[in-house]
Amino acid sequence: MDILITGTVLGGTYALIALGLTLQYGVARIMNLANGENLVLACFCAFWLYTAASINPVIGIAIIAPAAFLLNWLIYVYAMKPLVDRAKNRGQLEVDSILATFGLMFIMQGVMLLVFGGSYFSYNFLSEPVRILGANYGLNRIVALGAAVVIAAGLYLFLYRTRYGTAIRAVSVSPSSASLVAINVPRASAFAFALGGALTAAGGALLSTFYTFNSSMGVIFTMKALIIVIMGGVGDVRGAVLAALLLGLAETAVASLIDPGLTLAATYTLFIIVLLIRPQGIFGRQTA
Amino acid sequence: MTGRALLSVETVRKAFGGLVAINDVDFTVKQSELIGLIGPNGSGKTTMMNLISGALKPTSGTIRLDGEAISGLPAHKISQRGVARTFQLVRILPSLSAVENVIAGAVFGHIRAWGDDAYREAEVLLERVGLGGRGSAPTGSMTYIDQKRLELARALASNPRLLLLDEWLAGLNPSELKIGIELIRDLREDGRTIIMVEHVMDAIRSLCDRCVVMSSGVKIADGSVHDVLNQPEVVTAYLGADDA
Amino acid sequence: MTRFSEKEQRVAAFALLGFGAAAAIPLVDDGYYLSLSVNIAMYAVLCTAWTLFSGPTHYISLATAAFFGIGTYTVGLGIDSLPFPLLLAIAGIAAAILAGLVGVATLRLSGVYFVIFTLGLAELVRQVVTWLQTNFTTSVGLYVFTDMTEKHIFWMLLALAAIVYATGWLINRSRLGFAMRIIGNDETVARHVGIDVARSKVILFMVSGAFIGITGAILAPRFAYVEPPSAFNPVISFQVVIMALLGGTGRLWAPLLGVIPFTILFDRISSSFPNHTSLLIGVAFMAIVYFLPRGVIGLIEDFRKPRAGKAGTVAPVPEAAE
Repeated sequence: MDILITGTVLGGTYALIALGLTLQYGVARIMNLANGENLVLACFCAFWLYTAASINPVIGIAIIAPAAFLLNWLIYVYAMKPLVDRAKNRGQLEVDSILATFGLMFIMQGVMLLVFGGSYFSYNFLSEPVRILGANYGLNRIVALGAAVVIAAGLYLFLYRTRYGTAIRAVSVSPSSASLVAINVPRASAFAFALGGALTAAGGALLSTFYTFNSSMGVIFTMKALIIVIMGGVGDVRGAVLAALLLGLAETAVASLIDPGLTLAATYTLFIIVLLIRPQGIFGRQTA
Repeated sequence: MTGRALLSVETVRKAFGGLVAINDVDFTVKQSELIGLIGPNGSGKTTMMNLISGALKPTSGTIRLDGEAISGLPAHKISQRGVARTFQLVRILPSLSAVENVIAGAVFGHIRAWGDDAYREAEVLLERVGLGGRGSAPTGSMTYIDQKRLELARALASNPRLLLLDEWLAGLNPSELKIGIELIRDLREDGRTIIMVEHVMDAIRSLCDRCVVMSSGVKIADGSVHDVLNQPEVVTAYLGADDA
Repeated sequence: MTRFSEKEQRVAAFALLGFGAAAAIPLVDDGYYLSLSVNIAMYAVLCTAWTLFSGPTHYISLATAAFFGIGTYTVGLGIDSLPFPLLLAIAGIAAAILAGLVGVATLRLSGVYFVIFTLGLAELVRQVVTWLQTNFTTSVGLYVFTDMTEKHIFWMLLALAAIVYATGWLINRSRLGFAMRIIGNDETVARHVGIDVARSKVILFMVSGAFIGITGAILAPRFAYVEPPSAFNPVISFQVVIMALLGGTGRLWAPLLGVIPFTILFDRISSSFPNHTSLLIGVAFMAIVYFLPRGVIGLIEDFRKPRAGKAGTVAPVPEAAE
């Protein structure tokens, strides 16, 4: 039971990060390996807002997410768009964007290392316990899960119930056909990339309320997000959420039942199983 | 020429999700026969070629080459058994020279030539398809017909038991078409077994022994070219019911 | 194809001279410059081995640290009981087996899966090794005491480099090398001329992994004390990618053009500004993508034949017909 709830909370945060990445990769076609740094940056912003300006991290999302949206929009327009224009085919764009976002990852990490150093940070926010079904949990975790659910639901409504959301999904299916029905593909791509960044940042702000973070842990989160995206099927919102919960549960189970040092091994085991059995993702359709 | 069946397609079906692209099709190709696989756009001809060459796996049914089942084998294994193909949209290897493009067909497939032998054979084939002396030419800047010739030479380099030509004549201008038809006729005279998917009816009429007609994934006719093209079903499939 | 062309003879003579000169370095200096030379030789082997696989396939492998660490650990575990040369062989075999497993699981799929998988591989192996050691042995670290010095390590690396270059050269002349060129152009065509694409990639990845594993084993005596975080240091994977791409991946010797300047630069930066290495790596990645997409070798080639036009080296994306 303990595993179930802790795992769900972790999974909920993973879901936001992975949703961010799946938007960026599925729609804008950029595999953003700096996504984890984006998350860590949001952790630091939330930390700073809370300790320096005593702004509640959940409220802080209202500042952090738009800022991340803007930052990622600029990154897309100035760094990624030239690569998209130059690429002769999707394979080349893939290689170029992987290398460029690796560069971005190291630069962001380097800057954060210079500013904050390499040590671990955490802060106390709503850390009083609540009792659920006879066991104690930090209130901050429950709040984080609640906020994650609200944000994910909002995203779902946006993508499936609004005109612009539909346009974005159209781009993710086929950019060339989308432009034929008068969708501004470069704009939708930039928007999706920026929105993805904002989602990840929101996930980061929530994570910071109950997780100890440091400047160089972004890579691990990027990797987990990528694995979730692949497990869920690229561009698939429901798949990403389900895969994130699965991963959160699996990790928590391994950490509490076997050894906390083996969480990555758990992740990889899941990853390999998915690759071998359903490489198209949990909900993905078999293509020829 | 009467002979045993080199290729037999037995109630083969291919479905993509709910869409049935090939619906329980049967036909056979005898040794040294040149058959035309024709039908309107979207009737499943290229899918059939992809099934035979192993680019796709059939949902059900069996394809046999000389009695042995090849359906379900990966493409490279089918190639090694002696099935070679050209592609609907020509696919040359742009960073390789012309002669290397041809050698590529001879090294890993049905025959496994290597070194000077492969090189000499490739030069002979280039000569044969009309690219003699251009072995070291860069291939990226070749004209369309030359790229098609090169692709044919690559397919022939493996000395295939069965050659699949997927709209090899499409996109050629009238004088190139004449050369192309002569080239295929030449291959047929050698006794090579060929299936050609083609829209150019003149070519079908002048080259093929026999025709298999497909429409919406179903085989609707199979017989000599003259008979088949006069069958009402075939006319309907091509022109639509109202005009028949 | 048994005789050497005139060009090959020239290259061979040049290479012999280069190796001869390099082998004399320890006789001249055994301090800073030797240590720097060891670094250069190490990255030369790593990058060339990396390029053997990633050059023709365009797959970006970040598994270097994992193979390297396996090599280092093999020596750490066996140094007291087995002779060193045998350990080198075991290191190569162990790394090749790991490469084979990873390859079978991921190389049938697209490049992104492969990058992600290899990105975490070193960390995964590190976690597993740490777990095994804490649970089944007494300590997390291992001591490697040998009477080998920097100069022995350097000579061993040079010998390995010679073997890697020879192997690369042989592969390029072999059916496997020809198959890789065809795969690099168009995988669909490759399959239809009878190439087992997945198998060819896995074999090449295993060869590349084996050399990286042996390099890790050779360097184990330099560490003296081997523990998981230092043996499976992920930065190595990234440095190798940068150096190889900086030099260029189209030619066997091209990575060397990236290895020498970047190793020296990285050495300077990390000794004077230790907190700026992440920034350096980041900037290097950016510079390669935006300014040197074909590496230094690309610049040289452009300079040599400015009017030859751009060679389309990237394969078209295969699309399903109809």
